[in-house]
Amino acid sequence: MATGVFSEGRASIDKRTLRTDKWWLQPAATFGVLLSFVIYSTFRAFEKNYYWAEPLISPFYSPCISTACLDGASHFGQPIGTLVVFGMVISPAFFILVVPLGFRLTCYYYRKSYYRSFWMSPPACSVAEPHKKYTGETRAPLILQNGHRWFFYLGLVLNVILTYDAVIAFRNADGEWGHMSVGTLVLTLNATLLWLYSLSCHTCRHTIGGRLRSFSKHPYRYKAWSFVSKLNGNHPLYAWISLFGVAFADIYVRMVAKGTITNYYFF
Amino acid sequence: MAGKVNLRIWRGDSKSGDFKDVQVDANEGEVVLDVIHRVQATQMSDLAVRWNCKAGKCGSCSMEINGKPRLACMTRMNTFEEGETITVTPLRAFPVIRDLVADVSFNYKKAMEVPSFEPPADLAPGEYRMQQVDVERSQEFRKCIECFLCQNTCHVIRDHEENKKSFAGPRFFIRMAELDMHPLDTIRNRKQQAQEEHGLGMCNITKCCTEVCPEHIKITDNAIIPMKERVVDVKYDPVRWLGSKIRKREGI
Ligand code: SF4
Ligand code: SF4
Ligand code: FES
Ligand code: FES
Repeated sequence: MATGVFSEGRASIDKRTLRTDKWWLQPAATFGVLLSFVIYSTFRAFEKNYYWAEPLISPFYSPCISTACLDGASHFGQPIGTLVVFGMVISPAFFILVVPLGFRLTCYYYRKSYYRSFWMSPPACSVAEPHKKYTGETRAPLILQNGHRWFFYLGLVLNVILTYDAVIAFRNADGEWGHMSVGTLVLTLNATLLWLYSLSCHTCRHTIGGRLRSFSKHPYRYKAWSFVSKLNGNHPLYAWISLFGVAFADIYVRMVAKGTITNYYFF
Repeated sequence: MAGKVNLRIWRGDSKSGDFKDVQVDANEGEVVLDVIHRVQATQMSDLAVRWNCKAGKCGSCSMEINGKPRLACMTRMNTFEEGETITVTPLRAFPVIRDLVADVSFNYKKAMEVPSFEPPADLAPGEYRMQQVDVERSQEFRKCIECFLCQNTCHVIRDHEENKKSFAGPRFFIRMAELDMHPLDTIRNRKQQAQEEHGLGMCNITKCCTEVCPEHIKITDNAIIPMKERVVDVKYDPVRWLGSKIRKREGI
């Protein structure tokens, strides 16, 4: 039986949309960018190499916590042994990539992006979606989106670690402090963008003050909430640029580690 | 945009209908509703169209213009290309009554299902005292003119008629958020109601409601997502749930 805009009783119009603008452009572009990122990060996670070039470490592999890590890359120890599955060593990237992956997958903004571009639910506003049934986020697996806050907390821990990585990048390859290279800037920029992304998160906004019913009783939390609300307005922007930032930081470290370029030191 | 314009108007009723092409004069500074009125006055005297204020404040003239849910009185003619055919249809998420008039009673039914404001028992009307910062968030939602464009564009019901029984829609999520954030409302299980009875979980935050709202209410960011987070507090976050049992925290 016909449903949606073709349901009985609604104006009988045989088109799924009458929009005349290029409504497909945005979902198509989002699809392309997200898919490229997924392909690149999968390739990098499996590569298991070129992620450490004293003192720079790629955000895809930090913290490097398995004994399969390259020498010197593990700043926080190696509590996890080398796991071998079907004769293949599990990449150390896998143990930590679940955090940013889970964080972004459950992010309210990315949800909108991939529901629209990958799942076409809906592809654009007032363009009928192709699905027969729809239950939204009411049952498994999508009900798990409600766990976004756990990834948010874990993401904060990861941000601290990546900030630490940026700080130790103020050393040279011999471990002496007080130096700065292009790599230092790249890692600092990456950490900054990740903080902006996390601080502008809807869960952050809720936690810091949004859940309160009375702001007047909590003046400091109200201030914090107002600040985070401002950042929150730009959350989509931070989501994108921090994604590019991570990819760029990884590409840079990879090129340095491979010897394609040398990490230029300002001083 | 002065001169002749081409209009494709959907005409019919709940049984059948079709597009009718007309050419009509348009003057400088006019909006789509003006032009539709001219069609009515000069060529189709029985054309049904609902309107009231012509100022974007009554929410009556909601329709779809070139496939986009809009207020006809706030859509200026000069936003269209010279010679472009402008297609106007009734709202496509609701049953049609006739021509451009849709039956939006679904929304009135849903409105009645949301329990109204419940002030503290010991306060009489006129004795309510609140701080501005505490009512500010709710006030954004009071701008709603009930045009139901958000309801109409929401794919949960637009694309799935069967969801209508279990889904209240964005206009009522802002209502629930308004009351849940209200400093004097005493009903404390609005979050649970929103999730369990009004289908908040069906919304996948794809933001079309926000895109079409003529009052620019940030429906998704300021009402739906905060409500989803509040629902997580009471339903899906074991730590907070436990904390609220032990400490009986105020504010959640
Ligand atoms: S954000 Fe939610 S309520 Fe708004 S249109 Fe999308 S699905 Fe509907
Ligand atoms: S929230 Fe906005 S779009 Fe929805 S009914 Fe109110 S004014 Fe209209
Ligand atoms: S990170 Fe996007 S909403 Fe939390
Ligand atoms: S006629 Fe009142 S909003 Fe358009």
